[in-house]
Amino acid sequence: MQIFQTDLLCIGAGLAGERVAIEAADNGFSVTCLSLVPARRSHSSAAQGGMQAALGNSAMGEGDTPDVHFADTVKGSDWGADQECARIFADTAPIAMRQMAFWGVPWNRVVPGEQTYYKGGKPFTAFEKPENEGLIHSRSFGGTAKWRTCYTSDGTGHAVLYTLDNRAAQMGVEVHDKTEAIALIHDGETCMGAIVRCLKTGELSAYLARATLIATGGYGRIYRESTNAVICDGGGHIIALDTGKAVIGNPEAVQFHPTGIVPTDILVTEGCRGDGGTLLDVNQYRFMPDYEPEKAELASRDVVSRRMTEHMRKGLGVKSPYGDHLWLDIRHLGEKHISTKLREVQEICESFLGVDPVHQLIPVRPTQHYSMGGVRTNSDGAAYGLKGLFSAGEACCWDMHGFNRLGGNSLAETIVAGMHVGGKVVEFLQGSDTAFKTDCMREAFSRQQDRIKALIHGANGRENVYAVRNAMFDAIMKGAGIFRNGKDLQESVDKLTDILQRARKVGLRSNGLGANQELAAALKIEGQVKMALCVCYAALKRTESRGAHTREDFPERNDRDWLNRTLATWANLSDDLPTLTYEPATSVFEIPPGERGYGGGKIIPMDTPPVATPKGAKA
Amino acid sequence: MARMLKFNIFRYNPQDPQSVPHMQSFTIDETESMTLFIVLNRLREEQDPSLQFDFCCRAGICGACAMVVNGRPGLACHTKTKELPEENTLMPLPVFKLVGDLSVDTGTWFRAMYKKIESWCHTKKVFDPSAPEERMDNAVAESIYELDRCIECGCCVAACGTALMREDFLGATALNRVARFILDPRDERTEKEYFDIIGTDEGIFGCMGLLACQDVCPKYLPLQDVLGKLRQKMAFAAVNNLLPSFMKREVKL
Repeated sequence: MQIFQTDLLCIGAGLAGERVAIEAADNGFSVTCLSLVPARRSHSSAAQGGMQAALGNSAMGEGDTPDVHFADTVKGSDWGADQECARIFADTAPIAMRQMAFWGVPWNRVVPGEQTYYKGGKPFTAFEKPENEGLIHSRSFGGTAKWRTCYTSDGTGHAVLYTLDNRAAQMGVEVHDKTEAIALIHDGETCMGAIVRCLKTGELSAYLARATLIATGGYGRIYRESTNAVICDGGGHIIALDTGKAVIGNPEAVQFHPTGIVPTDILVTEGCRGDGGTLLDVNQYRFMPDYEPEKAELASRDVVSRRMTEHMRKGLGVKSPYGDHLWLDIRHLGEKHISTKLREVQEICESFLGVDPVHQLIPVRPTQHYSMGGVRTNSDGAAYGLKGLFSAGEACCWDMHGFNRLGGNSLAETIVAGMHVGGKVVEFLQGSDTAFKTDCMREAFSRQQDRIKALIHGANGRENVYAVRNAMFDAIMKGAGIFRNGKDLQESVDKLTDILQRARKVGLRSNGLGANQELAAALKIEGQVKMALCVCYAALKRTESRGAHTREDFPERNDRDWLNRTLATWANLSDDLPTLTYEPATSVFEIPPGERGYGGGKIIPMDTPPVATPKGAKA
Repeated sequence: MARMLKFNIFRYNPQDPQSVPHMQSFTIDETESMTLFIVLNRLREEQDPSLQFDFCCRAGICGACAMVVNGRPGLACHTKTKELPEENTLMPLPVFKLVGDLSVDTGTWFRAMYKKIESWCHTKKVFDPSAPEERMDNAVAESIYELDRCIECGCCVAACGTALMREDFLGATALNRVARFILDPRDERTEKEYFDIIGTDEGIFGCMGLLACQDVCPKYLPLQDVLGKLRQKMAFAAVNNLLPSFMKREVKL
């Protein structure tokens, strides 16, 4: 057994993982990042749109402040967010963006003078002030009062990730790519690193670390149709859940994006709608203003996705061999705009659909997109349940997004929260020491070795991992889609409980030698089914509609009974269902629960409304 | 009429003592809007679970699925089967170390490259969190992003005559990266410092000008222009080193 030792082990080397890593390296600690793929292939690279920060440089962002950003974020979350985290986020975002500019991100900048913008398909003009020339510009995104999304054409994630990875290389952060953490090393109280499988050789090793960070992105790939990269398979959540101690917060909070292209579910950015793209139905009629007169296509994602589904249910979708879809129209933005600011969109349309969006409509439908839930942490990013374990980015439930996150807030969260959590990890590393218990390490190592042997030799059975995965896809899609109800969710939970038994009997059909990818799938299938059960079971129990969680049988947002966060654990490895408990959604109220201003829906108010607590104070 | 497609795929698992490099044929029925992403996943799930290949974003953004399709390096995710003949050959990218079958290790190669060219903004300034950002001309920002769009798929390296012959050649992707920093006003490196990195046979003067790099680039980066201008700039830099200052010339990228 090869043993690596480091101060900080970052599981995941996307934007959040690397931003935390850089903070620790900058303070003199040794850092190793593990990554399933070369760091620059992380799913962060696929984010096209941008990062929200209240810089207020652009004409349409004038007067923006962190307070306005904070309010948008809390409203967007449907009051499910932890307001302490939302506040830290909104206040830190402008500094984090400027720092990224300093490190080399080619943000688009303010060009002074008259500029033409589109809103709802109609052009209008804005005057960019000469005194702001050259400052970071911003574009419009759904659900926000001001234009505050910093961007680099439509390759923001790519540009920021490359800059950050450059910085990581400069700071001497070690990246071990093509590696996968398959179990955490812990003694029930403290996390001491991870057991890791090399995806080049298949070899197992142990990584001992004083602090361990889970930054593995979302768990979208437990759904069949997802905009997520294939690596966003819940790997980090599974190893956390397997400890029986770490907690998954709000697993049922799953966001669907309005514009996944049909049939491949690749995302085209919200920037399309932000820049003035419109949604059309089978009659090429623009329907969104009928549902949402004020915000139309720019209502928040959960609202737009629901309205689209509602409209298609009325029979107004476009029929296709892959099911119904709608059209996204960006033709009126013109070739110059599309080929510069929306070039990735143009390339995606041409490469995967054979469609030229300058002249043709884009087939779209709502598709699984973002996991608001994840490894539950406190505001420092420290995981519940295990000392020395941290989490950041989409992998965690920090929780600034509540039940719906706003476009541009997730990409920003990676570096903004990464900067904040990085600082807290540094404080932790400075203030504590860990005794590495080699018996825990050996036990974890041999348990994984045994699992691998059992899978290769079919000791537990010969279930086909891909067949089990397909059964899981069917079960979760049935109950935990855009619209949910008690009957379908119960059916999903029952089916998944059966599928869990099958997942425990998986055996390989190949020899499992080397970087065998069937083995990688087999090692995580049981955990994936457990995650799917967390999603469906938590959704079944939450008898209200909040943000992206929409119950047809409970259409009201119920602040009286459900202004709280689901906490899911898997107490014993052999359990068939997660254990659910609840905690208040937020410990601090800067803004008491109110209406979002879009999306309609009734609210059952709290019995006793909270008293707003002053900024920074604890309730 | 649905076609039956045949794929001859390179097979070798270096970690399996029994394995020898060979070609294996698979057949699969073509479906609508099929891409190599769909083909390879179906082959692994339905026919041979030991088949190794890489996909990540499956959307042409991350560069994970580069492979040699019918003799030409490209991204498998946006290779549509309707543009392919009935019989096809899939090989792993050359130059990079083989992991198994169609999967190669590009990460190690690229990481070594960043260290060699010091792929980060070199500045003596210190970030001030309380100050507004330093201004930049939007056109400059856009021109930097234009070169920053490389996804490190490795296609250009795999298609490069020099890279195939000599291990230490930086390749178009590294030279393009250097050009990106030369354009960036935040990077304070001098022409001389850049010359020290790329003014050699391992760098710009090793390029034979075959220009396959640009032909196969899935992001359509203007590699031909970049390499041409870089070569000119470095040639002048070499001469400038010998000339008195009033005779020195500079080439803008």
